[in-house]
Amino acid sequence: MVKRGMLELLVGLFVSLGFVALFFLAMQVSNLSLNLDQGGYRLTARFGNVGSLRARAPVTMAGVRIGRVESIQFDQHTYEAVVVMRIDPQINAIPEDTIASILTAGLLGEQYIGLEPGSSPDFLQDGDEITHTQSALVLERMIGQFLFKKAGEG
Amino acid sequence: MGMTRTALMQLGTSVLAGLERLGRAHLLLLATLCASDEVLRRPRLVLEQVFNIGTLSLVIVGVSGLFVGMVLGLQGYTVLAKFGAAESLGILVAASLVRELGPVVTALLVAGRAGSALTAEIGLMKATEQLAALEMMAVDPIRRILAPRLLGGLISMPLLAAIFSAVGVVGGYFVGVGLLGVDAGAYWGQMQARIDVQEDLVNGVIKSLVFGLVVTSVALFQGYEAVPTAEGVSRATTRAVVQSALLVLGLDFILTALMFGGD
Repeated sequence: MVKRGMLELLVGLFVSLGFVALFFLAMQVSNLSLNLDQGGYRLTARFGNVGSLRARAPVTMAGVRIGRVESIQFDQHTYEAVVVMRIDPQINAIPEDTIASILTAGLLGEQYIGLEPGSSPDFLQDGDEITHTQSALVLERMIGQFLFKKAGEG
Repeated sequence: MGMTRTALMQLGTSVLAGLERLGRAHLLLLATLCASDEVLRRPRLVLEQVFNIGTLSLVIVGVSGLFVGMVLGLQGYTVLAKFGAAESLGILVAASLVRELGPVVTALLVAGRAGSALTAEIGLMKATEQLAALEMMAVDPIRRILAPRLLGGLISMPLLAAIFSAVGVVGGYFVGVGLLGVDAGAYWGQMQARIDVQEDLVNGVIKSLVFGLVVTSVALFQGYEAVPTAEGVSRATTRAVVQSALLVLGLDFILTALMFGGD
């Protein structure tokens, strides 16, 4: 049997270790820290096809993450996908004629939105829409086109 | 005719006995849960059990977690590198640990390390008539002996599983980033981007809570129902470990199907 004070100490040590581990998993391993930053402003963009883009996918400019995809909805009047992005608050000078394209990280990687800055002196504000967009490349369609062209040449 | 009749009767008897045992196990669990208010009056009883089940399992859980994480890092790297996706190592290590290996392996370790001890302890209490003595003194053994142990197991299991996963992620980091040269930023960054608090972490904790209940209650039932002889206690201990291991693995499949099978 352990001495009286020792037992409390060891159990306290164990329980605090457990909570430190849980905290570590929540903050360091998972995306809780990213979940918490609800700041920033919203931009929308319409795409003909979003491929396998999902909510929480990164929004990047020059390869650096500047925001995340907040939600993806379907507009049944225009048959387009409406992507709502949340951009970090310190990124407040995105030109109005910026191009948003859906890109793929690597050949099999996840899809993300890449922003290509335009040259307009006016900047996008909260709630604005990016009008220049480029849909996701669907691999099957590309291969289909390639084969069709090859057959036409041969 | 007579032979078939006897065989059928034997089958029926054993099935009925099994069902009766299952029913008794659940009734005991229910009685133990109902008696848990005792621990509010004597919190030290639970503290002692958290020490027995949790603190004393720290070393085995920590060391196992470290090695499991290191093996995951090594194995994951060799497979992922073939596809040029070694940067995803962090996701692989963290997802396997938090979702599956953390709760399951910890439950198996606790079943072997602490569950067997619980069964042997209670079985021996029964064999030496300590439980009967308690009842004679008008102390309910379910309140005094079983309830604190069940609660101790319930508290310890999720904490141990979290320690296992956290140590494992660090172990995978040592091997993947330290030895094999995966980019440290990619290891943590991809992990953070893909591991979800709700979907992965909370589900892992729910799993280990269920496993904690299963492992402890099976151990308690086997000890409480043990035949009060040296052989009976040893058999009960074996049964406790085997049954809780099988239940943990079976339940893990069902829980995984419910949690991750939908999308």
